[in-house]
Amino acid sequence: MSHTLTPEEHFILREPYYEPVGNEIAIFEAAYVNRLPVLLKGPTGCGKTRFMEHMAWRLARPLITVSCHDDLTASDLVGRFLVRGGETVWVDGPLTRAVRVGGICYLDEIVEARKDTMVVIHPLADDRRTLPIEKLGQLIEAADDFCLAISYNPGYQSVLKDLKQSTRQRFVALEFDYPEADLERRIVERESGVDAAMAERLVRFARMTRNLKGSGLDEGASTRLLVHAGKLIVSGIDPVSACQSAVAQAVTDEAEMLAAIQELSASLF
Amino acid sequence: MAPLTRAEIEACLDQWLETEFTFHAVGPVARALCRLDREAQDFVLDWVRRIATTHITLAFNFARRAPDLLQRLDRRAIEAWAVELCDTYDRAGMYAALAVAEQVDSYARTRQDRRDGALFDDIAGVLGNFVRGLSGRRLRIERGDAIWCDGEAIRLPAITAILPRAADNFNLLKASVALQWAHTRFGTLRVDPRPHCAALPDPERALRQLHGLETLRLMARLGHELPGLYRQMQALQASLGESIPVGWNGFAIRLQDPASTVEDSLALLPAACAAAEFTPWQFQGEWRPEAVAACRAARLEKEKARLRLRLAELEKELRAHRDAAGPTRFEARVEDAATRLEFEITLDGAPIAPPEGVRQLLASVYLDFGEIPPDYLVPAGDGEYDPSRYGEAGGDPDAVWQGTYHEEGARFYPEWDHGRQHYRKNWAVMREKDVPPVEDDFYRQTLDKYSGLLRRLRKSFEAMRDENRLDKRQAEGEEVDIDALVEAIADARDGREMSERLFTRMHRGERNIAVAFMVDMSGSTQGWINEAEREALILLCEALERLGDRYAIYGFSGVTRKRCELFRIKTFSEPYSDLVKARISGIRAQEYTRMGFAIRHLSALLGEVEARTRVLITLSDGRPDDYFDAYRGPYGIEDTRMALIEARRAGIHPFCITIDREAREYLPHMYGAARYIILDDVRQLPAKVGEIYRRLTR
Repeated sequence: MSHTLTPEEHFILREPYYEPVGNEIAIFEAAYVNRLPVLLKGPTGCGKTRFMEHMAWRLARPLITVSCHDDLTASDLVGRFLVRGGETVWVDGPLTRAVRVGGICYLDEIVEARKDTMVVIHPLADDRRTLPIEKLGQLIEAADDFCLAISYNPGYQSVLKDLKQSTRQRFVALEFDYPEADLERRIVERESGVDAAMAERLVRFARMTRNLKGSGLDEGASTRLLVHAGKLIVSGIDPVSACQSAVAQAVTDEAEMLAAIQELSASLF
Repeated sequence: MAPLTRAEIEACLDQWLETEFTFHAVGPVARALCRLDREAQDFVLDWVRRIATTHITLAFNFARRAPDLLQRLDRRAIEAWAVELCDTYDRAGMYAALAVAEQVDSYARTRQDRRDGALFDDIAGVLGNFVRGLSGRRLRIERGDAIWCDGEAIRLPAITAILPRAADNFNLLKASVALQWAHTRFGTLRVDPRPHCAALPDPERALRQLHGLETLRLMARLGHELPGLYRQMQALQASLGESIPVGWNGFAIRLQDPASTVEDSLALLPAACAAAEFTPWQFQGEWRPEAVAACRAARLEKEKARLRLRLAELEKELRAHRDAAGPTRFEARVEDAATRLEFEITLDGAPIAPPEGVRQLLASVYLDFGEIPPDYLVPAGDGEYDPSRYGEAGGDPDAVWQGTYHEEGARFYPEWDHGRQHYRKNWAVMREKDVPPVEDDFYRQTLDKYSGLLRRLRKSFEAMRDENRLDKRQAEGEEVDIDALVEAIADARDGREMSERLFTRMHRGERNIAVAFMVDMSGSTQGWINEAEREALILLCEALERLGDRYAIYGFSGVTRKRCELFRIKTFSEPYSDLVKARISGIRAQEYTRMGFAIRHLSALLGEVEARTRVLITLSDGRPDDYFDAYRGPYGIEDTRMALIEARRAGIHPFCITIDREAREYLPHMYGAARYIILDDVRQLPAKVGEIYRRLTR
């Protein structure tokens, strides 16, 4: 059964599984206590979103996630007037809601959004912690519990979509990367339910695809994809097909690269 | 269709092979061919005609062998062989090409059934990625005369037709590639086997036996690391009827431990020499110690210098952050397990993340020594090495002509040979150079001369600018459109239907065009044309600056395929500066008009620019031409045409502006893939180019 929640009711009640790689939990907590915004850097599928869920659970705050896209404007974050029965009504956007109730607002892939979004983020991300709502002529001071987090993948974005210094220098930055082999094996094992030997091979396979980064692949297989492959394997799909569907097809469309990745997985399993 | 008769075939061959002068005996060939069906005859004769445009002797050799080959090989493999014949001739001359012709007899001699070969061009890409996915040094896949590896590149033959099915032949090559990779990865190539073998009675046989021992050791290792591949290799061996020779089982067991090294094989060598001959397995390939040693010797010095230079850079970078004085010490820790090879380096005990380039160098050095020798970790001192000698980039582009290695640092482009109906690989040797800037009054004068035109041009270009604007009465948008809302409410009160288009929406400027201009700098542009070109470029730049499109300007010229030159006037990333203006002023007529390489290179450059629309505009004064070269005539026209077709396929819009009035008959054909315009009067050029560009990108 599905159920409907407003964003500010989205408390995470069960502990999301997260294996810390370093001291990122302690740093995030310290940043939170000091009301500093946080920037998460790292390749796709390495656990950034899971980390945010984990932190929201730890800090017992609602998590409001916005996946940014190239048509996302400041109004989409702050709010807008809508017309209802001949009247205009103001509706808060997700960022405004988080600011009002003191939630964690996580803006995923921030550089994808339009440039005007920065205007509303900057005053929130320094010691003012205010959100100007131009259309209402208001300035909202953020609740004490409010936290702003953004993510950014420096790997494959174009120069046009680089994060500006004036933005990045407001944040406490946490760098994420694929976990160490042993840790990654544990994660794959735990998340997908495959046995240790299979998890170890999946991780070896992922390393092979990561070797191809830069010579035909933009990005190697992420931990998330390994978990997908593991789940397929647990459901009875043979490992080579599972890697093909869950990993190879997900990282590339190029026939030659697909064939090469297929050969790599066939060599391992 | 009825098959051709012997007389008809002989007549064709007489003509193509010029038997009147060459005295090739075409009689037996015609006799063999007349027994084939018409379709097979056409296939063979077509290729004979095509190869004859390269060399008649090669065509004759092809014709002699083709009827028999048709029984044994599939058509694609025969075509690949024909192309290999011509390529080898281009690259290495007649003697080498005839060796390739002989080689074909060795394919599938023993069995009678027909084979589907694995062709190098089909499999190189996949196997290249495959081997890069494995750990260690990034090995290249190259075409060669046999399967072997010098430590940096794995050579594979043009055609492999050992097993009947193409898929099995591919697997065989994959096994070979993995085994050659294992040679570099697990230490075989770290030792020079020649002194060890020289100490034994029959050194050549000793090397073969040692190769056998190493094959057993590496197979066991692959069984451990890549079990899936190992199973396939065993299946291949079963289908080929290969196994461990009698008396070798003992060695195989001794070498089964994954921890065994090449030293263990060397220790077993005397005993192996006393044992039965190890017949090489099909996927085993060859071991060529001379080539490995030569390649290694060249690599060691280069990589030592590169690594030390990189470490010096790294040290400088890290020094900037901390204020530690005194000598610094790099240390490296290697983690070598399974398919994984990882490095950690520390500077004065503090771990640092090595950049990708350093990591690859460390991997390569580790594979050569089995460790990172301490002297490799000493950062290079100032002036100790000349970085340009060891960097990837070439030095002065003109200097290379003075040495023997004139192809060093150049880019290679293929050319389309219309006679052969196939590409000549790596044919045009291309280099980028700068136009020497000339600081004179040309820019000013041009602006004065065309001030009226320029004003109009700027204005019309400004009008094309696509800027952010507010779209009103939208169904969705950021803000309420008050005008629309008032009307809608009024409509509703009147009892009419209320519009839903009540919002305003910001429209983002979407003009996203990158354009490359390719300007003819051949000798024939001397004088009027050159001046018109330069004026046109100035006006165009002035107008483009208003528009905001990204653009690059290159000039092209050259003498023969060995010296194709592209002159940088403005790159995509460069602003329109005084230097660019001076370069435009400095454009001078150079040599000949070889066009294919320039179109291909600029297409490649355009491909790297992120833009929704990519346009390539060539400005030339006539037909492609080159010095004493086949490029004059149909070859050049066809190659240019093919280059334009390739550009089009790559999603680029080619457009040609030409000033050659006499050649209306070939232009539609050559520029068929592109749109073009012919200017009757050179003096129109400055006035027209801007207008053409405006229409083209409107």
